[in-house]
Amino acid sequence: MSKESGLKSKESDTGATVLLKALAEESVEVIFGYPGGAVLPLYDALLQSRIRHILVRHEQAAVHAADAYARVTGRVGVCLATSGPGATNLVTGIANAYMDSIPLVVMTGQVPTTLLGTDSFQEVDITGITMPITKHSYLVKDAHEIPRIVKEAFYIAGSGRPGPVLIDLPKDVLGNGVVPNPAVLNLKSYKVFGKGNAGQIAEAAKAVKESRKPILYAGGGVITSGAEKVLQELCAKADLPVVTTLMGIGSLPHGHPNLLGMVGMHGTVTANYAVDDCDLLVAVGVRFDDRVTSGLGHRFATKAKVIHIDIDPAEIGKVVRANIPIVGDAKEVLTRLLERVEKLRVSEWWEQIKVWQKEHPMHHAASDLSPQVILEKLGQVAGAEAILATDVGQHQMWAAQYYPVQRSRHFITSSGLGTMGFGLPAAMGAQIGQPDKPVIVVAGDGGFQMTMQELATIVQYELPIKIALLNNGVLGMVRQLQEFFMDERFSQIQLHANPDFVKIAEAYGILGIRVAARAELGEAVEKAMRHPGPVLMDFVISPDEKVLPMVPPGKAITEMLGR
Amino acid sequence: MLHTLAVLVENHPGVLTRVSGLFARRAYNIDSLSVCQTENPDISRMTIVVDGDDQVLEQVTKQLHKLVVVHKVVDLTSESVVDRELALARIKVKADTRLEVLQTVDIFRGRVVDMGRSNITVELTGDGEKIDAFVRTVRPYGLLELVRTGTIAILRSDG
Repeated sequence: MSKESGLKSKESDTGATVLLKALAEESVEVIFGYPGGAVLPLYDALLQSRIRHILVRHEQAAVHAADAYARVTGRVGVCLATSGPGATNLVTGIANAYMDSIPLVVMTGQVPTTLLGTDSFQEVDITGITMPITKHSYLVKDAHEIPRIVKEAFYIAGSGRPGPVLIDLPKDVLGNGVVPNPAVLNLKSYKVFGKGNAGQIAEAAKAVKESRKPILYAGGGVITSGAEKVLQELCAKADLPVVTTLMGIGSLPHGHPNLLGMVGMHGTVTANYAVDDCDLLVAVGVRFDDRVTSGLGHRFATKAKVIHIDIDPAEIGKVVRANIPIVGDAKEVLTRLLERVEKLRVSEWWEQIKVWQKEHPMHHAASDLSPQVILEKLGQVAGAEAILATDVGQHQMWAAQYYPVQRSRHFITSSGLGTMGFGLPAAMGAQIGQPDKPVIVVAGDGGFQMTMQELATIVQYELPIKIALLNNGVLGMVRQLQEFFMDERFSQIQLHANPDFVKIAEAYGILGIRVAARAELGEAVEKAMRHPGPVLMDFVISPDEKVLPMVPPGKAITEMLGR
Repeated sequence: MLHTLAVLVENHPGVLTRVSGLFARRAYNIDSLSVCQTENPDISRMTIVVDGDDQVLEQVTKQLHKLVVVHKVVDLTSESVVDRELALARIKVKADTRLEVLQTVDIFRGRVVDMGRSNITVELTGDGEKIDAFVRTVRPYGLLELVRTGTIAILRSDG
């Protein structure tokens, strides 16, 4: 970029400066990114911008961090990468955000418009590649359009059912001078369904009143819409038992008397029995994912009338037929439902539920340093304000089952895509979004090694993240599946050459603590939480620990192993 | 069952990919698809004939609506519609079959648009069934090449 095209005055606006102003208009505070050739003009303009940039060590971490930032703050996360490999390295993270309906604006560099389609250096068709995993995308061919596109991108990402929106920015569009057009939304074809049909809500209220065995099945939509409080009021008023999805964890605090736990593959026995036996299923902000229904929509809650509340009309009737479909925002709909319901006659139902709870409590493994004990201790020491991010695998399910999550937006996990490597970058995004809260990441030794290069990022930005590594030397979830369903024919699950993780931490200047016995647990966790900087706790656990209960593939949710 | 959908979309590059990609990844079967600009140059109209039961159709329609570029989706199947397809067919003719072929074309109200020594090219419009019937009838003479546009459809006037 020549010196003449700098940022001295308005007359010398470039696509890059216009873009950064448009981002500032959207109150963007932070961009997670990684520079490269095609985005040189943008990184040059960043020098003059107030927007903070976090330099990650791999683009995948940028998108995961932006994703977690969005989850903890409720705002739109923003990330940036260069063209070609920079852009393709974002793909997993974009898919992750898409599956969990997380609002992101993803910016990628692109080769100059004059070279588009010529297989030029670091060129990929990223809008084409990401079409199935973005809510919408733009290839900007004219810098005049940048203000409108940015405004639209943020609106689309954050409204309705949120999701990632990609903006692909050719180098010449960023670098050339421009007088931008005003930022006017032009989205005639984009509709958001807000309130829910009044007649349907009245119908739902009637069904709730008539129900003797209701279950409220709460998902990520409850949290996205900010309906947690209404949900609690509804519980208090109608005494509804509640089960949650993985995404719905935190919508009611752990230990809440109405909460039966998670439903589905690794749900509680009580939650699964109750869903199977209920006469009314109030499904709120959920999509009847196969990890909940076991892929058997037709055998799920078969005795129940189904009320399905979701802001995305396409979710209703996709897996399970809804008797009373309500398209709308969970908070709006539940608020209006709350006005219409009263205390239900559900004491017999609760008696049955309590019998199940008594007969099928969650078990602790017998081993000395069991994962359950670790997660409970972490929760106990870290307290209600702490945010827990997880990676993907056994530890994730143990965290979902045993970590006492007290608040919504405090349990950050890759649910729909199940992305190993999500944990550490997610913790970074969470810590930057909530700098005053303790952030813990629990990860397995497999997933952790997929993105552990980000230890450098947490040191560079002084993020006091506490890493709890549940280290069993194997890919535990796959091992468990092979043990149960492949007759113990273990294939490619040994991580023989694991490094010494304490030394790895120390190499980055991070405090490393190894914990190999329960006797050391309390002191180690307290020391870690007290320590002002980042800490890696290497918990040496047995590879034989299982995630239980478990619904085997193809079985109904009542047919759990480890009841 | 075949359904005919009229899908009004933004007239932008890449919109066709968004729509066809949606069909591909959700495993919906497109029987035919035709697209062109409408009376409003900002809007294109896709006529998509899709195979599936009512539940599939409901999902197709809802998923199409989720695309930011889609303005409107109308299932024309149960409506009173006029639907047409255009076909161009090159048919082999010999001295002894020429007259029969020309008569057949005439019966189907086709039009000869080009003529060579050993073949003729015919233009034919009608609904899909009519074109199918024509193809069946002329195939024995030697159907050298066939191009069909796919169905386009419009609601009948209310008065």
